[in-house]
Amino acid sequence: MSGLHDLLLLCVVLTNFWVLGTTRMSSTIRATAIQGTLLAALPVALHPGWSLHMLGLAAGTFLVKAVVLPTFLSWAIREAAVRREVEPLIGFSMSLTLGAMAVALSFGIAQHIPLPESASSLLIPVALSTVMVGLLVLTTRNKALSQVIGYLVLENGIYVFGLSQVERVPFLVELGVLLDIFVGIFIMGIVVFHINRAFDSLDSTRLTELKD
Amino acid sequence: MLGPFLTLLLLLAAAPALPGIATRTRAALTGRRGAPTLQLYRDLAKLLRKNVVYSRTTTPVFRLGPIVVVATVVVAATLLPLDGHTALFGFTGDLVAFTGLLGLGRFALVLAGLDTGSSFEGMGASREVTVSAFAEPALFLCFTVLVLATGELSLGGMLGERLAAVWGSTAPSLVLAAAALFMLALAETSRVPVDDPATHLELTMIHEVIVLDHSGPELAMILFGNAVKLALFAALVVSVLVPLGRLQPWLAGVVMLGGMGLVAVAVGIVESCMARLRMNRVPQFLVAAAALAVFGVILLLR
Repeated sequence: MSGLHDLLLLCVVLTNFWVLGTTRMSSTIRATAIQGTLLAALPVALHPGWSLHMLGLAAGTFLVKAVVLPTFLSWAIREAAVRREVEPLIGFSMSLTLGAMAVALSFGIAQHIPLPESASSLLIPVALSTVMVGLLVLTTRNKALSQVIGYLVLENGIYVFGLSQVERVPFLVELGVLLDIFVGIFIMGIVVFHINRAFDSLDSTRLTELKD
Repeated sequence: MLGPFLTLLLLLAAAPALPGIATRTRAALTGRRGAPTLQLYRDLAKLLRKNVVYSRTTTPVFRLGPIVVVATVVVAATLLPLDGHTALFGFTGDLVAFTGLLGLGRFALVLAGLDTGSSFEGMGASREVTVSAFAEPALFLCFTVLVLATGELSLGGMLGERLAAVWGSTAPSLVLAAAALFMLALAETSRVPVDDPATHLELTMIHEVIVLDHSGPELAMILFGNAVKLALFAALVVSVLVPLGRLQPWLAGVVMLGGMGLVAVAVGIVESCMARLRMNRVPQFLVAAAALAVFGVILLLR
């Protein structure tokens, strides 16, 4: 219950709450950028051996998750002129409550998952709760951009999960995953841009209506 | 016995300075000179010399309000170990009494507001109760963190030397609880993200609108009660964040007073960099505080 990496993991959970609780898009993007920075610092904090593998992973993560993707998303909200999530399927108080329950649930589950010993006992529960929060955002927000952010948070959770097994995963696989996320977000951004052009709105519920 | 009594008197004497420090910070950060830090003392002195005016529709319930407000916060203050060692009074489960006393004060104030028969005050009363309904569970969750961390069920025990003993190993949960308590302090004492102490537009007021009809010494009592409430929450935040039990009682008292001043400065900083939340966003703010406390509880339960 001490050490820099546990502090970083706690901050990751706090940024999850931040994503769940804010209405402004720019604020949510800032939260994901901060989460990206925290995730980039995590491998170095977990394995303070200064190996090339860790430094490369940290630098790559920082570049993709904390610089490129947030910049790109900010550009997207400027282009599409979405400022805030107006009417999510479930309210913000409710989603914060669900988020807290997700954290409780993942701390409960994590004790029963048979996994090889990892560097920090907080890694698995934080990873699970981040995945759940990402899913929650992905499924309950109406604006396509919020859903992209939900996907990003979900990916961050998977990344944290991967960190617990980092000695066993080769470097190239991780870089591949990073690239995947990057391309995924990029394509989603372009799709979002086109949805906006075609429908004058980013409300994904409108996509279910037929148009001629 | 003398030590806790002296610190209590000191807290009551210093409390009216806290809102002054907060507004002064806010003024300084927005480039104004602002009212003097000790302005509330002057206001209280001025109000105490004035007459009371009652509307013809009010009943004794209206007069009871301010008295109950002051009485409850002062009694609640006796339950806190202000010098980090012993509280003036304490018994098992007095954290429920603490929350209940604050609730009773708010209830009396709301009744007094309703008693005036003004529709605006009724609206303010309903808002005040809404805020309180969300704030109280969050406060209990913060106390749950402290109970789990220390294994004590009285405020005097869990904020005293026991907390200092487990302070290092439970620091993350305690920091989360302190953050939640700070957010609650803003809500309970009607500071900016929840309510604006400077507003005088009836439609947006929460706390201010209930006390519109109070005048003279009774208004002074309400203002004093609110200042003491801010001091209580500031004291809670300081005693959770700093292991006061390790210090000598007199030194802990000094640290407590200084820390309360810092909390007031933090309130001022929050007020100057945040706008007021819309009414329907206020519950969300308090649910966020509760979520922080829940997270603290989960970390301790692991």
